[in-house]
Amino acid sequence: MTDLTDLGIAGIRDGVRDGSFTARDVADAFIVKVSQAKALNAFLVETPEHAIAAATAADTARAAGETLKPLAGVPIGMKDLFCTKGVTTTAASHILEGFTPTYESTVSQNLWDAGAGMLGKLNMDQFAMGSSNETSAFGNVISPWKRNDGGNASLAPGGSSGGSSSAVAARLCPGATGTDTGGSIRQPAAFTGISGIKPTYGRCSRWGTIAFASSLDQAGPMARDVRDCAILLEAMAGFDAKDGTSLQLDVPKWEAGLSASLVGLRVGIPKEYRVDGMPEEIEALWQKGIEWMKDAGATIVEVSLPHTKYALPAYYIIAPAEASSNLARYDGVRYGIRDLPAGSGLQDMYAATRADGFGPEVKRRIMIGTYVLSAGFYDAYYTQAQKVRTLIARDFEKAWETCDVLLTPTAPSAAFALGEKSADPIAMYLNDVFTVPSSLAGLPAMSVPGGLDKQGLPLGLQIIGKPLDEQGVLNAGLAIEQRAGFTARPEAWW
Amino acid sequence: MSDYRIQGETGEWEVVIGLEVHAQVTSNAKLFSGAATAFGAEPNTQVSLVDAAMPGMLPVPNRECIRQAVRTGMAIEAQINKWSRFDRKNYFYADLPQGYQISQLYHPIVGEGAIDISLDEKNPDAAGKRIGVQRIHVEQDAGKLMHDQHPTQSYVDLNRSGVALMEIVSKPDLASPAETGAYLRKLRSILRYVGSCDGNMEEGSMRADVNVSVRKPGHELGTRTETKNVNSVRFVMAVVEQEAKRQVEVLEAGGKIQQETRLYDPDRNETRSMRSKEDAHDYRYFPDPDLLPLVLDDAFLEECRASLPELPDAKRARYEALGITAYQATVLTAEVEAARWFDALLDAGVKPAAAANWTTSELFGALNRTGKDILNSPVSPAQAAELLGLIADGTLSGSLAKQVFEVMLETGDGAAKVVEDRGLKQTSDTGAIEKVIAEVMAANADKVADYRGGKDKLFGFFVGQTMKAMGGKANPAVVNEVLKSALGESVAP
Amino acid sequence: MSVDTATVKRIASLARIAITDEDAARMAPELGNILGWIEMLGEVDTTGVEPMTAVIPNTLRLRDDVVNADPLTGGNIREQVLANAPVAEHGFFAVPKVIE
Ligand SMILES: [Mg+2]
Ligand SMILES: [Zn+2]
Repeated sequence: MTDLTDLGIAGIRDGVRDGSFTARDVADAFIVKVSQAKALNAFLVETPEHAIAAATAADTARAAGETLKPLAGVPIGMKDLFCTKGVTTTAASHILEGFTPTYESTVSQNLWDAGAGMLGKLNMDQFAMGSSNETSAFGNVISPWKRNDGGNASLAPGGSSGGSSSAVAARLCPGATGTDTGGSIRQPAAFTGISGIKPTYGRCSRWGTIAFASSLDQAGPMARDVRDCAILLEAMAGFDAKDGTSLQLDVPKWEAGLSASLVGLRVGIPKEYRVDGMPEEIEALWQKGIEWMKDAGATIVEVSLPHTKYALPAYYIIAPAEASSNLARYDGVRYGIRDLPAGSGLQDMYAATRADGFGPEVKRRIMIGTYVLSAGFYDAYYTQAQKVRTLIARDFEKAWETCDVLLTPTAPSAAFALGEKSADPIAMYLNDVFTVPSSLAGLPAMSVPGGLDKQGLPLGLQIIGKPLDEQGVLNAGLAIEQRAGFTARPEAWW
Repeated sequence: MSDYRIQGETGEWEVVIGLEVHAQVTSNAKLFSGAATAFGAEPNTQVSLVDAAMPGMLPVPNRECIRQAVRTGMAIEAQINKWSRFDRKNYFYADLPQGYQISQLYHPIVGEGAIDISLDEKNPDAAGKRIGVQRIHVEQDAGKLMHDQHPTQSYVDLNRSGVALMEIVSKPDLASPAETGAYLRKLRSILRYVGSCDGNMEEGSMRADVNVSVRKPGHELGTRTETKNVNSVRFVMAVVEQEAKRQVEVLEAGGKIQQETRLYDPDRNETRSMRSKEDAHDYRYFPDPDLLPLVLDDAFLEECRASLPELPDAKRARYEALGITAYQATVLTAEVEAARWFDALLDAGVKPAAAANWTTSELFGALNRTGKDILNSPVSPAQAAELLGLIADGTLSGSLAKQVFEVMLETGDGAAKVVEDRGLKQTSDTGAIEKVIAEVMAANADKVADYRGGKDKLFGFFVGQTMKAMGGKANPAVVNEVLKSALGESVAP
Repeated sequence: MSVDTATVKRIASLARIAITDEDAARMAPELGNILGWIEMLGEVDTTGVEPMTAVIPNTLRLRDDVVNADPLTGGNIREQVLANAPVAEHGFFAVPKVIE
């Protein structure tokens, strides 16, 4: 019998349905893998009982001849940003240590309702702030990938959904949830050779997902291939009356709509994404991607997104500003840790609790956000950034006049070693240069693996789509996936 | 309209006052959550995960709260902004779970409007003044801190956290304690007419932040102070008076007024500075990214407008046009319940002037005496209409009507039934009255002689004797007439 | 863009994050760098451009005025509300005494 953990979501789903194996067998196989992979530090909490309960329910339903739910028998990993009822949820921050939600986030509830089970809560950058998973209060997540240079450097799995990317790439789970504020699904997917899609802003409810930057945060799936992403996203997405920004639209049948034929599709290549200092291999992969698109029947057009270079600075005003306010609730009063220095009053308690509870990157962003909103600076920074955001969105609208999707690299480099960029925040921020513009415009965007660099590390290609055109994005991703033939996987060392 | 001046050592000072009134919107559920708003519940029972700012919680606005704010804006003829949005006001305090209050700074839902006030009920139009309203915005209330239940801890109750408030901001158009009191009373009256706030200041449904500054007449505006959360009309007036006096004293002693937040201490009738925090004024307002712009469509606005009741000023004008005195019209329209009661009385077809006289004197007097308010008046408009009908058709004299009304108040019976049961019907039977008068005159022959000799003041004596003999039931007009002719008749040669 | 230590301390105090003098001194050039970098936005001519208000065309949805319509956003859940509190007594959250 094949190793069940080599199967993806569709394979598990179909196998459970047709009785090739039981859901319980699948759950057990992944539970063992999870328990053996402590070295990756991908899981903050393991919840085998949850996965087993869901598997048992699937097997029972099948035995009773019932129609199985869409994700019956599929165990997944849950990013620790999603509140899970009765299961500790910390956003990888010390300040929420010990917090056990009494409620379930809409996205995770949707997944359980679809029959999925949970293998555990996945490590991440603290409050989703980071691109390397080095800001977790509970230790770095290690990428399962190694360079082929004979060295043994620990590599970053990307961030902030680094626990998710590491776990999926290491086959600890067939799929996982991620969240993407400025690239936190796509960049880690690219770093670890898996696929991930951030849907249109408003497709997935934000209710019960710990907020980083409300106007940008979107949940999405991370999985081994495009089809698995489509399946997971279908279960995660949907209108939620509890989220005022949720889109009141039916969820399309994305899996059923998958098609790798791109005949008639116009693929835009934004010239501003050719940035200085981008490795040649990434440039070459991008070129390959263009060829694959043509091969699938698409026509290629050059487009211009003139405000691209202002996206990152705008993002680093808007996201920290929103975060500084969103994170004000962590004050030691209603949940999480409390630091009360002897003889101190309420305001001292706040300051001590927050100084102790937040990690350095979180504090840095709260400080930036507080600064740009403070008296005298608001218009110059925040208002200007929101105006630039309008211009960035207009760039895309203009591009849609001549193309249907955009093709770009996902990140300007392959995975770097842990510690390599942590000394220079701006160098770290630049990692999101290709993913941030589409986040600012709320557009659906996906990363799919395209190949390996000379060091044997995965590189990703990004497809950006029009608002609500997840189908177009998934189909273009599928066309690349079929042509790239990416089968590389990290060798288990953990 | 007001010549209110403070007489200082260096001359006269004017007072400039603006009010920010926080009025709790009448709604079942909170502004952004489904928790209840009822007053007086057990601590933290009317708190949702949203109100407690649990991680991942999001606000979704309550349509009714928006609707009530719009209706209130329409009632003061204010500009209604079809595009508005919510902002976050960021600060840290234990009664503010999110670390920010969701409010509206940049784009409030209601823009400029006005409220007409009057300082003289007898002559409302002549003594009127128009007070500008700058804006009305919708925001969340905070929770409550309790300081006296534990020696070293304060307790936090979030029941009020997230309850919808309207903040109604006046222009600095008020110039005296009396004007300020009149404005607040008028505003409260309008809110209660509209039904957007119950106006219950004791329960905190309405609180005012009182902005006061003083200046020499004609000079530039002085530095103002803000006295927070004053919860009665009387206290608001006292704050204006005390704070203005204090400021004049400070300035005349060569001091400067600090722009600061103050508290009113009713026991000592003085305001005092709140411990000021250096950064208290850097609220870092920015648009709440959890809430999209609020766009109101025409159908919504139409419904808001169509559901507005007749408002106090319009009602007063209508009453005056019906021949009711300005004073009575003012008194009858001041409180919505009284006005509703009176409208029902008018609807029963009674004569307006007589109805207003009777209501403002007899009914209000009785309610005052018995400590009841109009909502639980023992006499319904229909019963009052019946009573007024019996007066109008001569069945009851004024004094008989008072007797009947007393019985009605006690028993709850209808006027006709009381008249029937107690035999309180007035008699206009000339024959019977003539007979009694003849008896009275016979028994008081000396007084008849005196009267006829020119002591015409004795006429009242004869009326009194006649009425007494008839148990008060004689029609006074008939008695007068018959007496006049009987007493005069004999004079004739 | 240069940020001095006093500014760092003022911002930290606004954000209620206790900070030592050394940390403030260390953070000052770092924040200065980041702020200097984002100031390139000043180059963009945004005359006549509206700040973004909704990233996907969508306006605010309003809900009906019904109490506890959805248990997830309704009240009467005091146990849940207080379940994670560092200190809760007699149905209240407790904080160090506040003097107003
Ligand atoms: Mg105020
Ligand atoms: Zn207010």
